Parts: sequence; C-alpha cells; structure tokens
Amino acid sequence: MKLITAIIKPHMLDEVRDALSKAGTKGLTVTEVRGFGRQKGHTETYRGAEYSVDFVPKIKIEIVVDDGEVDGVIGAISQSARTGEIGDGKIFVGNIENAVRIRTGEAGVAAL
Amino acid sequence: MPSVSENQATLEEDIMKNSNWKSIVWYPLCVLSLVVLTPLVGYAQESGVSQEMFTVNNTWMLVATFLVFIMHLGFACLESGLTQSKNTANILFKNTTIVAIGLVTYAFVGFNLMYPGDFSIGQFFGFAGFGLDPGVDGNTIAYADGAYTYWTDFIFQAMFAATGATIVSGAVAERIKLSSFLVFTTIFVALVYTIAGSWKWGGGWLDQMGFYDFAGSTLVHSVGGWGALAGVIVLGPRLGKYVDGQIRGIAGHSMPLAAIGVFLLWLGWFGFNGGSVLSADAELVSLVFVTTCLAASTGILGAMLTSWFLQNKPDLSMVLNGMLAGLVGITAGADTVSVNSAMLIGLIAGAIVVGSVLLIDRAKLDDPVGAVSVHLVCGIWGTLAVGIFSTNADHSFVTQLIGVLAYGAFVFPAALIIFYGLKATLGLRVSAEEEREGLDVSEHGMQAYGGA
Repeated sequence: MKLITAIIKPHMLDEVRDALSKAGTKGLTVTEVRGFGRQKGHTETYRGAEYSVDFVPKIKIEIVVDDGEVDGVIGAISQSARTGEIGDGKIFVGNIENAVRIRTGEAGVAAL
Repeated sequence: MPSVSENQATLEEDIMKNSNWKSIVWYPLCVLSLVVLTPLVGYAQESGVSQEMFTVNNTWMLVATFLVFIMHLGFACLESGLTQSKNTANILFKNTTIVAIGLVTYAFVGFNLMYPGDFSIGQFFGFAGFGLDPGVDGNTIAYADGAYTYWTDFIFQAMFAATGATIVSGAVAERIKLSSFLVFTTIFVALVYTIAGSWKWGGGWLDQMGFYDFAGSTLVHSVGGWGALAGVIVLGPRLGKYVDGQIRGIAGHSMPLAAIGVFLLWLGWFGFNGGSVLSADAELVSLVFVTTCLAASTGILGAMLTSWFLQNKPDLSMVLNGMLAGLVGITAGADTVSVNSAMLIGLIAGAIVVGSVLLIDRAKLDDPVGAVSVHLVCGIWGTLAVGIFSTNADHSFVTQLIGVLAYGAFVFPAALIIFYGLKATLGLRVSAEEEREGLDVSEHGMQAYGGA
C-alpha cells in the first residue's frame, strides 16, 4: 500500500477531486496548509508598511491506495492540478505498513 | 314681554343685591389669583416648553444616548478587526470593561466634576459632591428648560465619557498589561477627562472665553487622542514592528469586522452629534445630521484619494479611518458651519488622517488602529476648523487654538504621568513571551478563536 501526498493550489481542488473520482479513488483526506517552494512568498503592504508573506496557502490531499493504483492516481492529480504557473505543487509517494477500517476491523488492502 | 330697558333695570337690581358679598370677597379673590398665577404662566411661557415638548426633547436625548452607546460595539469591532486574532479576546475584554468603568466612575464622581455648578479653584476645578442627586426639580421642565431630565443628562454625558476612555484602548493594543490599562482608564476617565471637560461644557474658563466645541472634537476626541499618544510613547512599539530601520506591517485579522465597526460608529454619531443639540430642536438636529453625514462622506473620499495617491493602491483600512476622521472633524462645529464647509472639513480630515498614519509610523510610534491620527490630529483640526468656518461671529481661530493648546498642556502630561507611574510600579507591558503568544492566552487563559 502506498500513501500519496499531493500539495496543490487551493482553487484546483474541485477539479482534482473530480479527476480522482473518475479514476476510481474510494476516499481521500484534505487539509488546509501553508508552505512554499520555489514560489517563495510575496510582499504585501498594510497601512503603508510592507510585510512579507512567506507562506502561501495550499491544499494537501492524502490518499492511501493499493500499489497498482499509484500511477493512475498520480496521473489524475497531475493533469487536473496543473496550471503551468510556479506553485502548482508536488506529489510524494511513501510506503504504508498497514491500514484498518475502524467500523469493521478489516485490515490491509481490504480496509482501503 | 318685558322691554329691554325693564330687563336691564331688573338686572341692575339683582347685581346691587349681591354686590356687597361679591365685591368684598369674590372679585378681590379673583384678582388676587390672577396676580399670583400669571407669573407662573409667564414662567412656562418664558421657557417656551410644554409638557409634550419636554417629553419629545427628553425622548430624543435618550435615543441619542443609546446611539452613543452603540459606539462601544463599533470600537470593539474596529479594534478587533485591525489587530491580530491572538489578541482579540483581550481587545473585547478591554472594550467591555471600559464601558463599565466609564459609567460607574461618572456616577460616583465624574458627572459632578464635569458639571460642578460652582467652581472652587478659579474656573478650573469644581466638584459638586459624590454620587447622583436629581434634587427637587431634576426631573421637571425646570431642570433644563424642558430639554431633558437630570437622569437623561447624566446618562447621556456618561456615555460620552466612556467613548472618550475607549479611544486609548486601540492605540495601546496587543502589548499593554491588562491591569495597568484598567488602572489608567479609571484615573483618566474619572479625573482627567472630567476636569478638562468642565472647562468648557461645565461652564469653566474656556467656556467663558468663547471657546466652542459642539460635541467634543476637543473634549472627547483630542482628550482620548492625547491619552492614546501618551500610551504609544511610554509603551513602545509591538515586537517586530520596527526592525532594522524598516517599518513592518502587522496586518489586522479581519477587515469585515473593522468595516462593521466604523459603520456602527457612524450610526452612533447620529446620537453623538444629534444629541449634542441638547434638545429635539427640529432645525438644529436635522442640520447636524446633514453636516455630520456629509463630513463622514467627504472624509471617506478624501482618504481614498490620498491613499490612492500616496500608496498606489487605495487602502481599505485608510478609507475606514477616513470616515471616522471626517466625523471627528465635524464634531466641533456640526451646528455652526455651512453644509459646504462641513464637506470641506471632512475632505481635509480624510486627507490629513492618511498622512498622519504614515507619518506617525515613520516616527516609530506604533498605533495599531490609527487612534492618534483619527482622534487627536483630526480632533484638533475639527476644533480649529470652527475658528475658520463657523457662521457665528463670536467664534475665533485664536480662541479655538488656545483651547487646543490648553487641553494638550493638561491632558498630555497627565496621561504621561499616569503611564510612567504605572510603568514604574505595576509594569506597563506584557513580557515578550506573552506578547508573542498572544494576550488572549497569556492574560485571559482563553482564545477568542479557540479550536476552530
């Protein structure tokens, strides 16, 4: 099982969600986060004084899938979240040791 | 039928029969009653106020009272909006307690310091005693020529005192120690605001000199502004505000709250200025509504244009300040300037406030909400504007200037002394750690926006 973590621009969430549904994803978790990469921050002014906004709002999507589905999910997210501008985000893939469905107690891939 | 002359004769006979008792008792009694009662009728006619008008006047004054009251909600929203969310509970706490302290001290000492009746030290200081007492005619037409009752007088003026006190809270926000602030507020509103106010509204030396302040550009706004300036100076800036010679913006957390706040303040100003007519006089109250609203409007426009010019993009918080600047500016002369003058006064106030906010920041004086710019600077402008624009020939620029300087000379040092005294004893500022953590947690053990 793999954990796919995607950091995307907030306003792309609806499109990504639709794409993931079409790809057959059974569930996901969404968190509001802030961060920066090459996009860095930007400066704003408030009452005549500048202040730098280092962190840019992003959305983090976490999905746990069976190994065989990883490429399909990555593809779905990449295509739907891409704008071509700096700050589109990144996707990380990590290993998951186990998963449990709380309601039934099922474990492993059956829990996904 | 008897002839007319025969009836006339009978009538005369009847009169003659009864005339002795009438002429000795009844007619003199009638004449005497008229002699006694006529002056009383004349008295009511001199004050020109019927029982009905007394009720109308008093009712309007009470409406004005709760309009001024709602300004506290306005201040609470505005200050919360322009400061960080980690301090919001603290801001709200201060704004809530200020109303309480203002009204209660006014009941015990404030009202009678501000309106002593007789002055005991020159025309500078007088005290009519502790507590409230309407006296024999306090709630009759006789008290204020049928304009309002003693109780109305008290509560209306008490609301003004509380608004004067709350001006300081925005300027010292996000780093002042709560206990010290409460002590400052108590002394300031109980003694400084009131004694200073007696010089004009209490009939003291400035009133006798011809100084004019219709609704409090000086007595309320500049007094609060001097207190705010003193606080800003003694307290020092927020951490991270002035770093390496740079001015860092510390953004307010809610522009909607700030906007709600200033609109509530404008709403309150209908009572603040409208009630300062001190009666329901149709002409004056309606005129004051017009001058007040137009000054607020041109204040917005003046701030918008100035902000757009100086800052490239028009700043919402500046425009909100501009509305207040116009309102403060017209407060000294809302009943005594022309409509066109009112618009000009507001326009200039709006422009001044933007420049003032930027300059004060450049002087490394940290005023999170622009209280000094809105209330002190524009309060002074509004006061002087009476000397320039008033349609009343008795008003002069020099007299207005003397008033401005007199209040500055008394209130500013007084506020400085209180603040320095608190700094040396209780301590004025929270620790750096507490400031970083946020005053909600450090002073109140809770969060305004906890959890969510």
